[in-house]
Amino acid sequence: MTADSPSRQTTPQALPKWLEPFFLLMPAGLWLLLLLVLPTLLIFELSFVPGIRPGQVVNPSGLDNYFRILHPDYLPVLWRSLFFSVSTTFLTLVLGFPVAYWIALKIPKQWQNFVLLSFVLPLWTSSLLRSYAWITILRPTGVLNTALSLVKIPPLDILNREPAVLIGMTYSLLPYMVLILYAALEKLDRRLLEAASDLGATPSQAFWQVTVPQSLTGIAAGALLVFITSMGDFVNPELLGGASSMTVARLVYNQFLGVTQNWGFGSALSMILTLVVSIAIALLLKYGDRSAASGV
Amino acid sequence: MAWFSLLMFGFMYLPIAVLAFYSFNDSRYSTGWKGFTWKWYQLFLSDSRILTALANSLLVAGFAVAIAAVIGTLMAVGLARYRFPGKQLYQSVAYLPLIVPDISIAVATLVFLAAVAIPFSGGLVQLGLGTIIAAHVVFCLSYIAIVVSTRINALDPHLEEAALDLGATPFQAFIQVLLPELMPAIVSGCLLAFVLSLDDFLISSFTTGGGVKTLPIEIFGRIRTGVKPDINALSVILITVTGFLFALAEYLRYRTEQKRQKRFQN
Repeated sequence: MTADSPSRQTTPQALPKWLEPFFLLMPAGLWLLLLLVLPTLLIFELSFVPGIRPGQVVNPSGLDNYFRILHPDYLPVLWRSLFFSVSTTFLTLVLGFPVAYWIALKIPKQWQNFVLLSFVLPLWTSSLLRSYAWITILRPTGVLNTALSLVKIPPLDILNREPAVLIGMTYSLLPYMVLILYAALEKLDRRLLEAASDLGATPSQAFWQVTVPQSLTGIAAGALLVFITSMGDFVNPELLGGASSMTVARLVYNQFLGVTQNWGFGSALSMILTLVVSIAIALLLKYGDRSAASGV
Repeated sequence: MAWFSLLMFGFMYLPIAVLAFYSFNDSRYSTGWKGFTWKWYQLFLSDSRILTALANSLLVAGFAVAIAAVIGTLMAVGLARYRFPGKQLYQSVAYLPLIVPDISIAVATLVFLAAVAIPFSGGLVQLGLGTIIAAHVVFCLSYIAIVVSTRINALDPHLEEAALDLGATPFQAFIQVLLPELMPAIVSGCLLAFVLSLDDFLISSFTTGGGVKTLPIEIFGRIRTGVKPDINALSVILITVTGFLFALAEYLRYRTEQKRQKRFQN
């Protein structure tokens, strides 16, 4: 900004200079303060109050709610959430990499955008309805088992079990992974691959020693995004997982809208969820390249 | 590689194809094809609960996006233009909803509304459409601001200075020079926020009250009680509409991209 061009002070109706930033930043700032910052601080305070139910006013008194997570009833829930997130990250990476590689390196340049966009189009449909579609496919008399019975394979009973949750999560997050991996692979310097093969590298050597290291930042960014999104996923475990697949996000939901409400415990769980996500981001910032972090 | 990618394309479109298939299937329970029918669409179109929920969702998304578009654009411009103490903090708070899980934001908002906003406003604030809109503005704001700020960074900073030097007031420069340049980004940010708002289940269900239901809340309740063919019909309609919005957003982006390239060539 050139602050002292003479024409600016001549118009009397213009805002005073010092008011401009307030005018621009105040409305959103107030909104965020009221509906994001204050609520988060409140949840943080509440997480130290054991056994609180709606309407009660109790003073914060300790870490009981955090210790409660270590109870044998709840610890498996935390592990299961981590298991779902790590597995989903792995699955989307393994399934998404070939797709991103194919689009970035094998499809003619002018078609790449179109192919990529048609791959991620299902992302724009309702997440509830996508899970619902998987119910239709995976239920005992659903599409999958009907297809299996045609080729004389015994039916699979995976709805309301962990595999169904993994399928649903992988399906929901695969487009994000492909988008980020594509962005990394598209920038790949192809001359390096040619050089590698000229120097006698086999295709698999070239892949592991050139392509993968070159796209490492994209892999890290994609893995992080999938990991944190699946940690907070409520819809897939709730609709596809049945009673056996309790996750942290579902447990939080139950503490606030379920039958046995406990706001203090729910708040502590919510803080832990945020903490796990923050640790994942901090790890990436520390060990990953800065460009990978800005890709999220 | 090509075969595997095609397989993955199949994987992405399989659930949608399945929904479309059953939305025209003339049988409530059968997995097989029992003839073509429009009846699920008729059932859905005469279902007043679904239609009310749809109207609520559109209302929420419309208002939330409109508010977020104004204050989010102002914020993106302000953040790009000024340095001030605490800017780093402001910025990280503003983009927090992109990272923090929805469930955490949802419970925090509920607790805040129940423990602070409602008691302190003397009952003026009530859980309902208004609180859903207020909560949706938060994440819509982040998405719109991030799309707009990428566009601001790509802009020529001298454009606005030129307008100011030619005697425009800062307000005129903002409305007549900066805003038209930002418009494509604002529109595509709004479309993104609109779709996310329409899709939101968690934040809505934590901030609603008085029996107000948005479409995802209504759908969630029905899915829980089993497979319903009229939900298939609804899915097909929603998928078509959001697919259209997506294509529109991409087309707008493509067109401005073309325009910009032309400008550089001239």
